[in-house]
Amino acid sequence: MTAIEETFGPYGGRYVPETLIPALDELSEAWEAAKRDPAFRSELDELGRTYVGRPSPITRADRFAPGRRVYLKREDLNHTGAHKINNALGQVVLANRLGKRRIIAETGAGQHGVATATACARFGLECVVYMGAVDMRRQAPNVERMRLLGATVEPVEYGTRTLKEATSAAIRDWITNVETTHYVIGSCVGPAPYPELVAELQAVIGLEARGQLLEAEGALPDVVVACVGGGSNAIGMFAAFLDDAAVRLVGVEAAGAASLGTGRAAVLHGARSSVLADEDGQIADAHSISAGLDYPGVGPEHAWLRDTGRAEYVPCTDDEALDAFARLTRLEGIIPALESAHALAVVDRIDAEYVAVCLSGRGDKDLAEALAALQSRP
Amino acid sequence: MRKALVVYLVCEPETPELARAAVEAGADMIELGFPFSDPLADGPVIQRATERALARGMRTAQCLDCLAETRALVGDVPLVPMTYAALLEAYGWERFAADAEARGATSLIVSDVPAGIRPGLRRVHLVAPTSTDERLRLAASTTDGWLYLVTVTGTTGPRTTLSSALEGLVERVRPHADGIPLYAGFGISTPEQAAAAASLADGVAVGSRPVQVAEDGPDALAAYVASLRAALDCVA
Repeated sequence: MTAIEETFGPYGGRYVPETLIPALDELSEAWEAAKRDPAFRSELDELGRTYVGRPSPITRADRFAPGRRVYLKREDLNHTGAHKINNALGQVVLANRLGKRRIIAETGAGQHGVATATACARFGLECVVYMGAVDMRRQAPNVERMRLLGATVEPVEYGTRTLKEATSAAIRDWITNVETTHYVIGSCVGPAPYPELVAELQAVIGLEARGQLLEAEGALPDVVVACVGGGSNAIGMFAAFLDDAAVRLVGVEAAGAASLGTGRAAVLHGARSSVLADEDGQIADAHSISAGLDYPGVGPEHAWLRDTGRAEYVPCTDDEALDAFARLTRLEGIIPALESAHALAVVDRIDAEYVAVCLSGRGDKDLAEALAALQSRP
Repeated sequence: MRKALVVYLVCEPETPELARAAVEAGADMIELGFPFSDPLADGPVIQRATERALARGMRTAQCLDCLAETRALVGDVPLVPMTYAALLEAYGWERFAADAEARGATSLIVSDVPAGIRPGLRRVHLVAPTSTDERLRLAASTTDGWLYLVTVTGTTGPRTTLSSALEGLVERVRPHADGIPLYAGFGISTPEQAAAAASLADGVAVGSRPVQVAEDGPDALAAYVASLRAALDCVA
């Protein structure tokens, strides 16, 4: 134990200061025990059904994609409006088992921060959320929601002032308060066991979708699509289809934050993965209209799925995402999160008749940003 | 026995001269910080110094040059590059260790590669108040020459008082560290704190304060280091 090397092929691992290693060991043990404990599973299932609104439905989008069978997995209909709640609730229940009464989180778009603040309100735990000052401006409604839920939002005024620095600030808090605090990381990134833990808590997305698609069509889809920032909705959506070799898995990255498309092997936030970094290993800045995708790293399992060829990753520009945002809203009456709009944007590019898209969140939080961008277009 | 004084400086063009001043004022070892864009173990002072060094172009090649220039000025005083995994990953783990050694490094410290990971890389391990006895044993048995005792549960940076955790950590690690010197760091900045830490450990490491003082030049750094040296010599 403790000498955890890379977990997903050459990716993953535990590149963190010694201070955190015992807490990661403790978390691994608690997670293994929880997985074996039927009471943990049934508590999560119960919360999913009675609090989150699971199972989330699938919706066929005939006007968005006429003449094809395109289904949306509606994680936007979850309580708090995104898939993030699946992970936040799971980890908060786990923190309760560990006896940790203080919860910290990082957030980019604010969806993970809201989900974590929500779970903490539900369980009566103290909650501190780190958020880059730039993201606090462009996702202002989520800042208000977190504060209303009783969380303290700590602005991060350093470096890019976005998700990368928020994550570093949360890890530094954890190093300082590790004995009382659990760090609810928001994506399938970070040191082991986090990538695996988050993937398993998000696997409910794909498990439900696979069953629902089989029931609706009697067959599995040709292609499954999801957006990838850190990659948690994608890894959760992909999980149930990994063994279905005929199902193509497509992850969509923001073109200015394409860690898998244009990154290199590097170490960031405790794991070796594919990262936007220069030849010296210094981390580069990412750029995306979507705060949730604006991150120079990605979960190590995605890097491994790319290398093995099981999944493919394609870029999507801000403009393409905005088009999809506007089109889904007008044609289906569904306002998607800008993150999810990246996944929707590539549906037209995909040469397949039957496609499942993870609609990872709703777009209410993005209205100001999206409207300003749409209005400033020529 | 003389208590060891380890002084940390971030690699910048002025660093070789600063290191010489520190050594002449009584430093026994110099840690040379190779800056990384996302230094998770560091507090605000070293974060800012890191950001500035990177803006001045202090990448791995320049830092290795800085190491060689420092070596030329300080005789056989131990020099230990201190950095993060990302730099070694990019440069090549073995190549980094070999090139650092060729340029005059005595050993390495990699803040985010704890004992047990990358066992082939010879380096000084850090242990922390949270380390289990099993991990203290592993770190002590695989460290390169001495053990770095992190006195606080936290990141680098000055504190108002010496951490009470150091005493317990020294007691727990001593039985595993037969003949291996224990140097305490993180949160030590004043002569009083240095003396108190050295009464428990075999030496102290200071980082954030010398990085701040060095902004005023070699004389200011020498005066600060001399004040620490005097305090430590009273303990010995």
